[in-house]
Amino acid sequence: MPSDNLELKAVDLACERNDLALFNHLSFSVAPGQLLKITGHNGSGKTSLLRILCGLRMPDEGSVQWCGHCILKNRIEFLTDMAYVGHQHGIKNDLTASENLRLTNLAGSRNQKFSIPDVLKRFNLEQHEDVLARNLSAGQKQRLALARLLLNNARLWILDEPFTAVDLHGRENFEHEMAAHLANGGMVVMSSHHPLSGTINNVVSLELGRDNNATG
Amino acid sequence: MQLVEIYFSLLKRDLILAYRKRSELANPVIFFVIITALFPLATGTDKEMLRTLAPGIVWVSALLATLLSLESIFRSDFDDGALEQLILSPWPVSILIIAKITAHWLVTGLPLIIMLGTPVLSLIGSIGVALTVGLRRGGLLMSLLLLPLYIPVLIFGTSAVGDVANGMNITGQLYIMGALLVLALTLSPIASVAALRISLN
Repeated sequence: MPSDNLELKAVDLACERNDLALFNHLSFSVAPGQLLKITGHNGSGKTSLLRILCGLRMPDEGSVQWCGHCILKNRIEFLTDMAYVGHQHGIKNDLTASENLRLTNLAGSRNQKFSIPDVLKRFNLEQHEDVLARNLSAGQKQRLALARLLLNNARLWILDEPFTAVDLHGRENFEHEMAAHLANGGMVVMSSHHPLSGTINNVVSLELGRDNNATG
Repeated sequence: MQLVEIYFSLLKRDLILAYRKRSELANPVIFFVIITALFPLATGTDKEMLRTLAPGIVWVSALLATLLSLESIFRSDFDDGALEQLILSPWPVSILIIAKITAHWLVTGLPLIIMLGTPVLSLIGSIGVALTVGLRRGGLLMSLLLLPLYIPVLIFGTSAVGDVANGMNITGQLYIMGALLVLALTLSPIASVAALRISLN
């Protein structure tokens, strides 16, 4: 895989919802080791932007490029390198915590560094290994969804409000995981209302909704 | 190969999920039995007439029972976001969808034991569900979309059951059903993936 021009680039993105322009001419790029934090009021298009970045939604104009290629043309390479945790995090209520990690891992390449008990422990879920996900609290479920990130080798994490319902301790914990990921040359694009605590240095902010020509 | 491994882990996941909701599992079968049992009540118990009607009744009931259970292929995955993860997997999504359809057929079609026909119903059905899963009340629309597509299976399935009851050779019908199965197996996952992408956009 080419590592020389490893970069996520948004070119001239535009998105409309219900005939209302959410953003126009939005361009930015994310380099290895960088965290892009997207802020903005409710309904400013944060989730739409993240869904466009991971290829779930088509932009009305513009394109998203990974390593210099459009993600829609270079799907497989992009998807192997990308992991997405959205609002609906894809945790099955009728599976236990460890089954959720074991059976729903559809990633392209497994990370050999961590085993499932290992990952559960890192996210403070080790006592809940055999508990059905429907019996976990909202914060525990969110942590379980984030735990999946460590099980694959994705270099780009796209996270939609990853701290929703997660307590302070869990938040600090996950910030450490993000910092380690970034230190390894990973990238993170996330939306969040919470300020980051400062463990991560290389943060770029992007505010949506103030004007239509936000720059990153 | 890793793709085979992923196919089976997804199949296993769906079977475990079906087993954990096993109270719902029997519903299509009970529905099938009840519909079949309604006919003698409505048409009278003349043996000769029931014998001519039976193949049609069995197939129409199987078809309705499948229709009733189809939504479960994608509905819960759509609601909890697992479908997004599936679409974002770097593996060929059509193979993953075949795993889901296989699981659906194993828990709903297999108990109906009309071997060659019911996988076709599940396969074609997945296109309809994929198209309507994003709509709040897609159930009726899905039935309208799918019923015309089920007609070939109905025609040959009914004629096979009828001929076998009369002790005739049904190789012809079986060949055509086999051909329909191959056609559905090749084309419907591709159509389902395209429909899912539209539903998620």
